[in-house]
Amino acid sequence: MALPQAKQDALAARIAGLDLPQGGWLGAARSEALARLTAMGLPTKRDEYWRYTDPTLLTAPGACAAVFDDSDEPPVFDAIDRLKLVFTDGVFDAAASDNPALAGIEIERLALAGSADIHWAQGLYGVLETRGQNPVPRPLAALNSAFATDGILIRVTGKVAKPVSLIYRHKSDASDAILHHCIKLEAGAELTLLENGPAAARFLKVLEVEVGDGARFHHIRAQGRDHERLAATHIFARLGAEALFKSFTLTANGRMTRNDCVLELVGDDAKAHVAGAAMGDRSFHHDDTVFVTHAAERCESRQVFKKVLKNGAVGVFQGKILVKPGAQKTDGYQISQSLLLDDDSQFLAKPELEIYADDVKCSHGSTSGAIDETALYYLRSRGVPLKQAQSLLVLAFLAEAIAEIEDEAIADDIRGRLEGWLHRHES
Amino acid sequence: MAALDAQSAELEVREGVDRETIETVNAMAGKYKYGWETEIETEYAPKGLSEDIVRLISEKNGEPQWMLDWRLAAYERWLKMEEPRWAMLNYPEIDYQDQYYYAKPKSMDVKPKSLDEVDPKLLATYAKLGIPLKEQALLAGVEAPEGERRVAVDAVFDSVSVGTTFKAELAKAGVIFCSISEAVREHPELVQKYLGSVVPQSDNFFATLNSAVFSDGSFVYIPPGTKCPMELSTYFRINAENTGQFERTLIIADKGAYVSYLEGCTAPKRDTNQLHAAVVEIVILEDAEVKYSTVQNWYPGDENGKGGIYNFVTKRADCRGDRAKVMWTQVETGSAITWKYPSCILRGNDSQGEFYSIAIANNAQQADTGTKMIHLGKRTKSRIVSKGISAGRAQNTYRGLVSMHPKATDSRNYTQCDSLLIGDKCGAHTVPYIEVKNNSSRVEHEATTSKVDDDQLFYCRSRGMDEEEAVALVVNGFCREVLQALPMEFAMEAQSLVAISLEGSVG
Repeated sequence: MALPQAKQDALAARIAGLDLPQGGWLGAARSEALARLTAMGLPTKRDEYWRYTDPTLLTAPGACAAVFDDSDEPPVFDAIDRLKLVFTDGVFDAAASDNPALAGIEIERLALAGSADIHWAQGLYGVLETRGQNPVPRPLAALNSAFATDGILIRVTGKVAKPVSLIYRHKSDASDAILHHCIKLEAGAELTLLENGPAAARFLKVLEVEVGDGARFHHIRAQGRDHERLAATHIFARLGAEALFKSFTLTANGRMTRNDCVLELVGDDAKAHVAGAAMGDRSFHHDDTVFVTHAAERCESRQVFKKVLKNGAVGVFQGKILVKPGAQKTDGYQISQSLLLDDDSQFLAKPELEIYADDVKCSHGSTSGAIDETALYYLRSRGVPLKQAQSLLVLAFLAEAIAEIEDEAIADDIRGRLEGWLHRHES
Repeated sequence: MAALDAQSAELEVREGVDRETIETVNAMAGKYKYGWETEIETEYAPKGLSEDIVRLISEKNGEPQWMLDWRLAAYERWLKMEEPRWAMLNYPEIDYQDQYYYAKPKSMDVKPKSLDEVDPKLLATYAKLGIPLKEQALLAGVEAPEGERRVAVDAVFDSVSVGTTFKAELAKAGVIFCSISEAVREHPELVQKYLGSVVPQSDNFFATLNSAVFSDGSFVYIPPGTKCPMELSTYFRINAENTGQFERTLIIADKGAYVSYLEGCTAPKRDTNQLHAAVVEIVILEDAEVKYSTVQNWYPGDENGKGGIYNFVTKRADCRGDRAKVMWTQVETGSAITWKYPSCILRGNDSQGEFYSIAIANNAQQADTGTKMIHLGKRTKSRIVSKGISAGRAQNTYRGLVSMHPKATDSRNYTQCDSLLIGDKCGAHTVPYIEVKNNSSRVEHEATTSKVDDDQLFYCRSRGMDEEEAVALVVNGFCREVLQALPMEFAMEAQSLVAISLEGSVG
């Protein structure tokens, strides 16, 4: 069915200035992605999964300029021993990056690896994204697959000694970056991936992860600090038997963030945990859209999302657990909670369950409210000053999400960021 | 009079036999109890839907011009609307021209002045359904044991209201309880003021269709400060083939009034699908309270999904005054397709809305049902308890909205949706929307999905129950919170319905 003219025009305007490199295996993948995008058109507020987040700024032809405030705080993960790969305004910066030679891992730059005729990433690039388009279309991800300017391809064959850290820097206040990463963990491999930095004024990212049988993937990211950037990110992951996938995201401010996470558990006994802690002050719109599909037996999934909102900040959570026929003994859990620190903030949630197997245990919970007055009173009666008592209760509220980070040093680092944010946004 | 009494007594006896036979047959088929048909001469309007049909329905009801204009405006709107398809329901396209929009028993041609004049066949039909339309018998305590609560009934058969019991006694208390067609003629000021004020003509596709073609339904007005002296009820029966039923109910509880309202419905077994698109509007003023209970038991279709009622219903209560209260309780066991979201608009400060629901889908049934709680007033409270049970190849979806507007400060919502799956071919889904726009309100939502617990089943079986009985018991326990919210007579019926609806789902 042809798209309505208005949608065709919007799409044409959005992709007018973008480059579609030809040739190699990547050229073919890009053309296919463009075909998908052309069939779907860009998202609008009328789409079911965009009803709480207006995609206009994300789909506009150009990015609005964003102001990036640099605080004195040292960047997140600074104290962690890691292999750094730096992108500046969406372009790989070899000079600022570490030498990518490390045991048990192959790292290549997308822009260079794409021209070959055959590559292992062919089976991954745009493939998981395509699978993730059904039943809910994600046109921004298809746009990314077609027009990504750069990215990293990582193949892991063993246990990697230290985390790989993707650092997104910015120089220009009006940069518009499109990055696409693919990570393949072979059977039994293990990798921790860190991501941080504001990247660009507008950042569109796709991360495709194939977690092989018995492989373990840990992902911790810190999205921006105090700045006005827009971000639309997607994680598409497929898990083999007994695979483990754990992803945690910290979002502190940012004008608009939309994080899509699409997980598919196709091997028996796999485990997938996704968690997020978001803190927003003033013009902050944060949307977590999570779609977990159980297609195998005895798998476990957890979604833990917490949001602390003040001064008119808006938090959105759309989560779904889909249990396919035959996915017996599924254990699915989902919790989304928001703490509204004042009367202007909003929390909009749509926690869904869609279940086609009977021997399952699935639950979800969602709550929204202010800080518990009784708890606050208790702390104050014990001599804790008001501000400190509030911070303590906010941290306690976020604790369940942070508990999803296995590495203690990284979890401590994240906790430090939260405290810093609370301190800066006390008023 | 005496002759009539004798006749009904005779009917009773003959019927006792009939009922037993029917029950035996049904037990063998293992299914629907109310699938028989009343053979009665029926008058139909021409098939299909057009402006002429709308005019005809209005004329048949002897309506004033304003009512006709209202219907025609709705029809105009409907022509431009599209059937909603967002629900998790899968059904073939409905041909709106391939059915009758008006059917009434010939014997109702001349409106009976009282119940005594009603065609005995019709009375017998309701007696067979367990709905006595004989006031005197009830008053004399012949059929009802001493002390049992009395219930006034408005009986709707296809497109017309057959009769309303206890009208005179209710009138003494100032309560108006009659068919909506009668209310349009007798109480136009009330109808004009409130009709469409909760569910506007253009609310949604099915409500708009109903606004154009509704043929009958019930009307209730409870005056200020009045506690309705008995429970009111409407019993809907679809009998005619290929006929849609479109009833409209309007309940107004004036300041400080109270009423408990019951609704029941059944239909014969047929191979073709039949459409039912009803609208219920409830207006609740200051300090008033309305309890609305439904046992929906339309024909669900056979094991293979052949036949059954398509049930598209819009029900909404508007708590207009401060401290107004509404409670929806529904037991949804019938219909091939259920599309129904009884909602509460909590406009008045301190108003309260409650929704208790059991939805059972077996065989090829599909249900997409839930509620909306719109908190507009300060300190408003709502509570949702929904229990969905899926068996066979059925799909059961809870879909709900809880919305806290910025001004609805210090409000509270608690939602609990539990789903139970029996068998591995069915589905249970939960689609809640939660929108919180102020921070002094608390919203809590919980949902679980599980299967019938093996340990509980084993325990029951070890006590000598067969598997179906054991499942029925466990399921009844699962539904307990909702069953307890029902008026007593309904609770008993609902409990046995739960067991019946699940027959054949085990093993």
